[in-house]
Amino acid sequence: MKEKLTSLWQNLFGDPVRAFGVVSLIFLVSLAIAPAKNYFSEWRHYQHDYLGMIRNRSEANTLQRHFHGGIQQIWLPELGVVDRCTSCHVGLKEAGLADVSTQPFRTHPVIPHKLEQFGCTVCHRGQGAATTVAEAHNSTLAWEQPILPAKYIESSCGQCHRGPLPGTPVLNQGRSLLSRYGCVHCHTVKLPDGSTMKADDDPPSLSHIADKTTREWIYAWLKDPQAYAATATMPNFKLSDDDARDMSAFLMANSTAVAGDTIALSAKPSSDPAAGASLYGESFCASCHAVQNAAGNIVGGDIGPELTRVGNKVKPEWLQAWVRNPRAYDAGTAMPHYRFNDPQIATLSGFLLAKADSDLLTNVHLDAATPEQIAHGKRLVSDYGCASCHEISGIKKPENFAPELSRIGSKPVTQLIFLPGMPHTLPDYIAGKIRQPRAFSPGLKMPQYTFTSVQIDSLTTALLALNERSTTLPSSLAVAAVPESDYQPAGKAGKLMNDLACLSCHRINGHGGDMAPDLTWEGSSVQRQWLVEFLKNPGTLRPALIRRMPRFNLTDAETNELTDYIMAVYQSPTVDRDSMPLTGYSQGQIELGRQLFYGKYSCQGCHIVDTKTDKGYIGPTLTHVGSRLAAAWIYQWMKNPQALRSGTIEPNRAMSDEDAAALTAFLISQKGGEKSPRLAKAARHGAPTEEVARK
Amino acid sequence: MRAYVAFLLGFALLATSCSHKQESAALPKPTAYGSAIVESSGGKQIAQTGSLLPQPLVVQVNDEQGNAVTGALVEFTAALGVTFDPASGLTDSSGQVTTNISLGGMAGRYQILASTFDKSHKKVELKIEEIALGYQQTLGRHLNDQYCERCHNPESTVERVSNYDNLEVKPHPFTEGDALNKMSDADLAAIITHGGPALNKSALMPVWGNTLSKPDIEALISYIRAVSDPPSRGAGPVFAKN
Repeated sequence: MKEKLTSLWQNLFGDPVRAFGVVSLIFLVSLAIAPAKNYFSEWRHYQHDYLGMIRNRSEANTLQRHFHGGIQQIWLPELGVVDRCTSCHVGLKEAGLADVSTQPFRTHPVIPHKLEQFGCTVCHRGQGAATTVAEAHNSTLAWEQPILPAKYIESSCGQCHRGPLPGTPVLNQGRSLLSRYGCVHCHTVKLPDGSTMKADDDPPSLSHIADKTTREWIYAWLKDPQAYAATATMPNFKLSDDDARDMSAFLMANSTAVAGDTIALSAKPSSDPAAGASLYGESFCASCHAVQNAAGNIVGGDIGPELTRVGNKVKPEWLQAWVRNPRAYDAGTAMPHYRFNDPQIATLSGFLLAKADSDLLTNVHLDAATPEQIAHGKRLVSDYGCASCHEISGIKKPENFAPELSRIGSKPVTQLIFLPGMPHTLPDYIAGKIRQPRAFSPGLKMPQYTFTSVQIDSLTTALLALNERSTTLPSSLAVAAVPESDYQPAGKAGKLMNDLACLSCHRINGHGGDMAPDLTWEGSSVQRQWLVEFLKNPGTLRPALIRRMPRFNLTDAETNELTDYIMAVYQSPTVDRDSMPLTGYSQGQIELGRQLFYGKYSCQGCHIVDTKTDKGYIGPTLTHVGSRLAAAWIYQWMKNPQALRSGTIEPNRAMSDEDAAALTAFLISQKGGEKSPRLAKAARHGAPTEEVARK
Repeated sequence: MRAYVAFLLGFALLATSCSHKQESAALPKPTAYGSAIVESSGGKQIAQTGSLLPQPLVVQVNDEQGNAVTGALVEFTAALGVTFDPASGLTDSSGQVTTNISLGGMAGRYQILASTFDKSHKKVELKIEEIALGYQQTLGRHLNDQYCERCHNPESTVERVSNYDNLEVKPHPFTEGDALNKMSDADLAAIITHGGPALNKSALMPVWGNTLSKPDIEALISYIRAVSDPPSRGAGPVFAKN
């Protein structure tokens, strides 16, 4: 062996000339490594393939002209972007390659932003400066941020766009879930504009809970909220029997009574289910409250709590007082104060109390609580941070109860602890934490939610948008959300509107719900007498809608108070009510309007003027529009409906003054005749009460 | 260099064969064999790129007589990026296998292959297409839901009563590829912008050009193209397993 090595040495370096030759050869080879690496690089290979592909296409010459070989780079210093992705993704800007399914040659799908302005990594993440596929797409030791999976891509829109966008439903849903499920009660989320994300789930106060419900119900609810109501937003804290027993003991012992939040009626709760169902339907309770029907479907609105098993929960005296006036128990409730009389209260509470599941509380047997149990319960209530969401007398809302999530979207992967078998990426970690928080450690306090996969993906998307880049991007790029105003109607009428919770459904001056029409300019829109009649007995304007204005049983004085306020205050500066009369239009003009209505503009597609011929379901019925709306409002509406009510789906026809005037004349002449039976049938068809199953 | 390439090739082969082995090891053993595989539900669904289809895909394995076969093995495959949960399974007592599908990251149509083996171990396949919407089509879908669907979709739901039956001249549902694929993008844009009369069609289709922006209308057209059945040429590529 040794001899062989010696002879090899002799052969290679035996004399100076030979040694010089060999060393030169080694030098040459090692010098060639760098150019060779470059020559065989991936991007060259892709560019070569690209040229081969475009050669066979009809637009080969154009594509050839657009092609530039070598490493390509988009450099945007103000965004911190150095992206060389276009070295391999050669055809991103070629509209003609939209049908190519092989990557990396496909055209980028149409988006509202330009490649030269934003680069690639602002939206897709990954390592922009890398020139190999693996380094650009995956995490490496030097670069942690891999390419963002497509299902989370909308998170990148959220870095600049703080409000909802029509093209980003996933991000919008995720953000609204963060508020709706109260995530931000415990986790602080500071937004890049300096504001703090707010919850909009309004969890009930527990300070007076003993008036409302029993300890047995609290126990069952704490153990499994979804067993009581499938739609409950309260998560499952996976409490042991003893812990639930002690917490329920504390909550009952801690509760103080509120004067007037329970009443005993002279009339006993009625057991007439038909009368109850019809009052429930007439009052449009289902616009806000859902009930699970026999088929297991949840039918009804989601503003108020689900009522499928409400009879298991509430005490009869409390329910009666609540139905009489919910503000006695909760001054800030979204529920309107219906002016029900005692027999109505008896009927409705009887109907609701019958909504019960006989199995729910049968196995709950709690002995009288001991002082130790109550003290232990109090400690648990503090430990689990119950007061982060609920008001509980004697317990302060904890500060920074859970980790802050303001920058969660760029949390370094090295700081995360993954579950075995879990892909080591940030999105997978966030989704995993939301899906099964306690799997990461049994001692964690974060409760178990019942989110679907789609909801988890959208929550993850919204959280990924909360990243470092969103705070370092130039502020000129930020698109602010339209802030919700804190408008409140003033004075005596304002108090009445608050009592009726008008803003739970209607929006006024940028504040309120979106279930019912925006009333910001209602005073310019309607005629006084119509509004009085409508408030007394709300009729159906849109046959196809299932959510409708309920009757609040107002007194004449209240109706007048409300009407005067609306007519005086909610006035649009662009509508001059006195500029056009309600009568006195010529027959010729009315006839011209009729022709325009049925011909040129074909309004009957969506509206009904003549119940015998017209069938349109979408817009309001116009049979009585002449006694409902102001002529000047109709005229301005014809000219530009979105200017009066943004977001209305009535198309803007850009009508000439003459056409708008003629249509106004025609419509204002529609003062109404008898109610058509077909319309009444349609109204019944749409009523939600038929969908509500009775248990 | 050749050695380098050969080494790479060898490694790639090894890697694929290894991963293949792992896959087949996880497959359950079929207890029965069918002769045909048919779709029960879940084809032609629409979802955003990369996301879960709203409904699972259900396929059924039948024998020669058309009776459901229990215990037959069904495997699902598709282009890279599509994931199945589960990717294979044995048919249940009604002869069916259910899988949840997440589509790939690019907009277009995804071809899903469901396959089973017959008694002579020949592969029997079923091709199903699902539709992935990109940004523009998603925006179009939003606009469709807001403005168009009430008339153009004949189906009513509890929340949204269709106006289709109330119209004297019936609008084309957007899935009606036979009619809509014959119209150019420019024609569709003209009808949406200027109303039906622009192309001698019904005035019941109103003018939307003052309400919707040009990019809005382009987004709507891209959505209409994406959902049309049979597919339009503008629907984007079909991603199939290669």
